[in-house]
Amino acid sequence: MVKSTITRAAHATPEPVAARVRGLSDRAIAWIFVAPTLFLLLAVNIFPLIWTIRLSFTNYRVNRPNRDIEWIGLRNYERILTDADVWQTMQATAHFLIWTIVLQVLIGFALAWLINSKFRSSNFWTTVIVLPMMLSPAVVGNFWTFLYQPQIGLFNHAVAFFTGVDPASFSMIGDVHLAPWAIVIADTWMWTPFVMLICLAGLRSIPASIYEAAECDRASKWRQFWTITVPMVLPFLMLAVLFRGIENFKMFDLVVQLTGGGPGNTTTLTSIDLKREAFERWRTGYASAYAVILFVTVFGLASIYVKALNKVKER
Amino acid sequence: MKSTLALTAAAALTVGTAPAAQAEDLTLCWAAWDPANALVELSKDFEAQSGHDMGFEFVPWPNFADRMLNELNSGGQLCDLMIGDSQWIGGAAESGHYVKLNDFFAQEGIDMADFIPATVTGYSEWPKGTPNYWALPAFGDVVGWTYRKDWFERPELQAEFQEKHGRALDAPNTLEELKDIAEFFQGREIDGTTVYGAAIYTERGSEGITMGVTNALYNYGFEYDNPDNPYDLDGYINSAGAVAGLEFYKALYDCCTPPGSSNWYMGENIDAYKSGQVALQMNFAFIWPGVEADPNVGGGKSGYFPNPAGPGGHFAQLGGQGISVVAYSEKQDAALEYIKWFAQPEVQQKWWESGGYSALNAVVEDPGFASSQPYAQTFLDSMAIVKDFWAEPAYADLLLSMQDHVHNYVIAGSGTAQEALDALVEDWTIIFEDEGKL
Repeated sequence: MVKSTITRAAHATPEPVAARVRGLSDRAIAWIFVAPTLFLLLAVNIFPLIWTIRLSFTNYRVNRPNRDIEWIGLRNYERILTDADVWQTMQATAHFLIWTIVLQVLIGFALAWLINSKFRSSNFWTTVIVLPMMLSPAVVGNFWTFLYQPQIGLFNHAVAFFTGVDPASFSMIGDVHLAPWAIVIADTWMWTPFVMLICLAGLRSIPASIYEAAECDRASKWRQFWTITVPMVLPFLMLAVLFRGIENFKMFDLVVQLTGGGPGNTTTLTSIDLKREAFERWRTGYASAYAVILFVTVFGLASIYVKALNKVKER
Repeated sequence: MKSTLALTAAAALTVGTAPAAQAEDLTLCWAAWDPANALVELSKDFEAQSGHDMGFEFVPWPNFADRMLNELNSGGQLCDLMIGDSQWIGGAAESGHYVKLNDFFAQEGIDMADFIPATVTGYSEWPKGTPNYWALPAFGDVVGWTYRKDWFERPELQAEFQEKHGRALDAPNTLEELKDIAEFFQGREIDGTTVYGAAIYTERGSEGITMGVTNALYNYGFEYDNPDNPYDLDGYINSAGAVAGLEFYKALYDCCTPPGSSNWYMGENIDAYKSGQVALQMNFAFIWPGVEADPNVGGGKSGYFPNPAGPGGHFAQLGGQGISVVAYSEKQDAALEYIKWFAQPEVQQKWWESGGYSALNAVVEDPGFASSQPYAQTFLDSMAIVKDFWAEPAYADLLLSMQDHVHNYVIAGSGTAQEALDALVEDWTIIFEDEGKL
């Protein structure tokens, strides 16, 4: 008789251990397996979250260990929500978030559509297109500062070539009106390939038979696009939007390298502001409240969005 | 060379006669810049003489404060010796990050009167003006100016400038003269290349624009607080003179800086100057040895002058650092041994010769000092007019508020100078109220 793996494992278990395990219920064994993960989750995620919430009601500063910690109730929250500078960073974040998502979805989908048409050397171009997302955001931020350099930057010279303006006459990262677009362009350059890949997966998951049936029904290409392609790719697109939304809400490295949050506060996103409060101003209590507000915002928005995504999937 | 060898031998004898101690691996933390490399070389003498091994942790300036203050605040033992920024002294002293050095100095005969007074106040004392020492002045530094002497000396430019301004094209004595020169060079073709007036500090993220703008503010009448009533800010930070100083800095930025220089600090200014983009460069004195050694702008092509005077006085922003023993180090004895070695006149002399700015009077008052380097006299003149930013425990809060408001006005062009400084008074008042000082 061939022994099963389970039987062999049971026989191989040392008798003292086997005796102890035999006395345990299935539920207890399940807990033993789950406990290490649960413990790690509690230690790494839940405990810091609870600790942060607790700190958010205090005036604690990590750089002032000798100072008494006072319980100040909701004062940190009140200060944050009534601070015009915080709302300015929220606006800058919203501008960045909305425009990067819009541009990345449109361009990413268009690129996926082109790549999916399987022209010659499409695989080569797919590899070329995804290269930017393989780079470190800090590196991307750094080299875009050179691309945007008014005297030697390729970007300014490209704009000058097409429009005839003097390349040294405008500064993408030094002008309050242009800097928000400078970070949008750099992020779009880097992350559009990610959206493209997800869209490509969506496009390739559509069975050819559906298009064949539509052809039989004499549906035009335009109609096929709107009634087959878009609805079937939509869950993938929404997933891409969710990923990019969460990522860009916490965008830090690329923007810090590119503009440092300036000029003025023009490109100071919430994550940059939060980092400054926590690790430059060392206002730990205040920064904790700030982090809680951002967490609740992202968590709330993401929850609503995931529900919408599930509804789309169910259709 | 002979004298250096003799001095080194003398220093070896001094350390060599000390009681033998256990050899330790010491780590010295500082910023990653040219003087740090010079210190690595210099410290080899200490290693040879003491038997201790020296390790170094150098962090680039924009991340230096973040990285090292995190280390200190967490009670980390990475650093045994810290060459921390002058503004950290209050926080580090009050939070117990640094070892108080008074007893050690008394025991070893190290006298603070032997060092340039401004560096003792700036780098070592807390509270300021009291004989409580937390560091030994390690590297004297100050904001000054570098200019393209070879361009200034061109006869055609001399003649044109003379005709336009009625004076010779030379190192400026006042800030207004400096602006005239920067305007004169802005957009000018020199050797077939468009050049610009001045590279000034505009950096947003750490301390850059504050370290720059104060050179204008001080000289137009800005004061940190009421000299007779500490922390009384209104009317001093936002005085009419201070407003004029801030307006001057914005005007200088608008008229006379290279396009795209909206976030420049030490490194960017050096690059712009060495690559021949600008006629003038604002920067800390630490860059001067590097300028002199540069094939493009060194060897007599560059000149140096202290920050010019303004209508409200003549000051320059202090830079530089002191060397401290970290309180969390388990090798404090060996770390103190390093400080004792470093404080010796012979070592300080070698420090100056290798590119470090010694703050020891015996070095800078030596009759040969002023002529020892083309920038030595400018260094001395500049160190005589220094003024520093707050060194309060809340300095980071104070600094970031200033960065915000000044950058918003000067670079982003938001609001007026008066509004920016009024807002700064409001912010700083809240900070000092939180600190219990108001």
